[in-house]
Amino acid sequence: MSVFGVFYLALIIALLVADFRFANWSDMSSLLSDPRVQFSIWLSLISCTIAAILSLWVAIPTGFLLARLGSESMAQRRGLQSPGSRRLFNCVRYSIDTLLDIPIVLPPLVVGISLLVLFQTPAGRWLDERTGELFASLGYAGIRGITYEIPAVILAQFTVAAAFAIRTMRNTFEQIDDRPERVALTLGASHYQAFSMVALPQAWRGIVAAFTLAWARSLGEFGPILIFAGTARMKTEVLSTTVYLNFQFGNLRGAVSASLILVTLAIVVLILTRLLTLGGNSKNGVIV
Amino acid sequence: MISVQQLLVRQGDFELSSISFEIPQNAYAILMGATGSGKTTLLESICGLRAVSGGKIWIDGDDITRAPPAQRQIGYVPQDSSLFPTMKVYRQISFGMEVRGFSQAERSQRVDELASSLDITEILDRYPRGLSGGERQRVALARALSFRPRLLCLDEPLSALDDDTRSNLTKLLKKIQQSESVTVLHITHNVEEGNQLGTVHFRLEKGQVRAVVCEDSGDKNTA
Repeated sequence: MSVFGVFYLALIIALLVADFRFANWSDMSSLLSDPRVQFSIWLSLISCTIAAILSLWVAIPTGFLLARLGSESMAQRRGLQSPGSRRLFNCVRYSIDTLLDIPIVLPPLVVGISLLVLFQTPAGRWLDERTGELFASLGYAGIRGITYEIPAVILAQFTVAAAFAIRTMRNTFEQIDDRPERVALTLGASHYQAFSMVALPQAWRGIVAAFTLAWARSLGEFGPILIFAGTARMKTEVLSTTVYLNFQFGNLRGAVSASLILVTLAIVVLILTRLLTLGGNSKNGVIV
Repeated sequence: MISVQQLLVRQGDFELSSISFEIPQNAYAILMGATGSGKTTLLESICGLRAVSGGKIWIDGDDITRAPPAQRQIGYVPQDSSLFPTMKVYRQISFGMEVRGFSQAERSQRVDELASSLDITEILDRYPRGLSGGERQRVALARALSFRPRLLCLDEPLSALDDDTRSNLTKLLKKIQQSESVTVLHITHNVEEGNQLGTVHFRLEKGQVRAVVCEDSGDKNTA
């Protein structure tokens, strides 16, 4: 490990130690007994899980298509023999790839503002209203739409987390040899069967990694939630906004204690992922 | 009868053009040629894994040139066997029948029959990881034969095997081709292997079928 690597590792450890030394158990217990914080913990756990599941739902097929569209065998199968057709094909593929990476590189606040602006358009307002009606018909009259409500928290988390999950799944499928899928086609399988019966079972470690990454990313999401969902206590407050609100009101100990809950959750998730994917290799294993 | 007429396949700067040949029913055809001559390209085109730019491919009178791989009824054994890493050997062999809607009883009977013929009964509940090269190729062969294909395409199936295993599998291939009554198109670099197995011989050179030698009649044609 390089000297800089050691320095970086020391920095991470120092940050964690400083946080734990700054906060004390009485701060932590008083924070945990606060119903508003309990609400934010539950909302964080639930919204992150829903956002991660939605991210996987999008990432698995999208990652597979992006990986296979980039493979040589796909170009052969589609008959893209001329340099011109291959250039056009690659141009379209790179454009889609770049678009899907935009939420990763955009400043988080911009994602939030963009979501807010989107839901000010006629289509966005219509969706907002229909969502409110849907929740009302389901008996959740408290949720009046998307913007500044719990669905906004999930949508803000999903918008960024899905991009990371897609990248993870694309890398996973790129490392899985596509020849068995091609053999499956000759055996009578449809493209969907080749995907679901041959490729997907090989990608399980990548799926776990994508889920974890999406979940952890959602847990740490702040900017888009602040703008698009607000920081209403007992309504749209998640752990990251609890840190912000405590800091905003001058309660640094409360902010650090809430941060430690975030750190603990992140460490637990990372350890669980490592345990679940233990024994993996680079061919079928966890990417990123 | 397998008939390839004026087949044209382009891949970047490489081109297979005016490929024409015929394989009689139940014949064991050997396709030889130098490395990079386009043998695998031709085989994959016949299997439907590579798009063709022109010409026709017929099997038993059916034009399959544009048919998807699943509808061609062609069994394919690639050079590296390409077994499904997450499936046990039994499931590998029954896979083709499963996706084609064979009943459980039919699948079970056929797997047992092929496992017995290819001497892989002992490894039916094992995963591909850990199988020897010879075992892997026998599993791939059973998998390709499971749904009773009209043509069996073998892409250098014995090239990565040691001499003893190669010799045993050569005999097994001959036996299984006769017992299954299947037409075979087999790519190889090995002249001895080709002579032992082939009843029809082709040679692919510079993107064209240069010579066709029929063992039965001794005819020699240049396409």
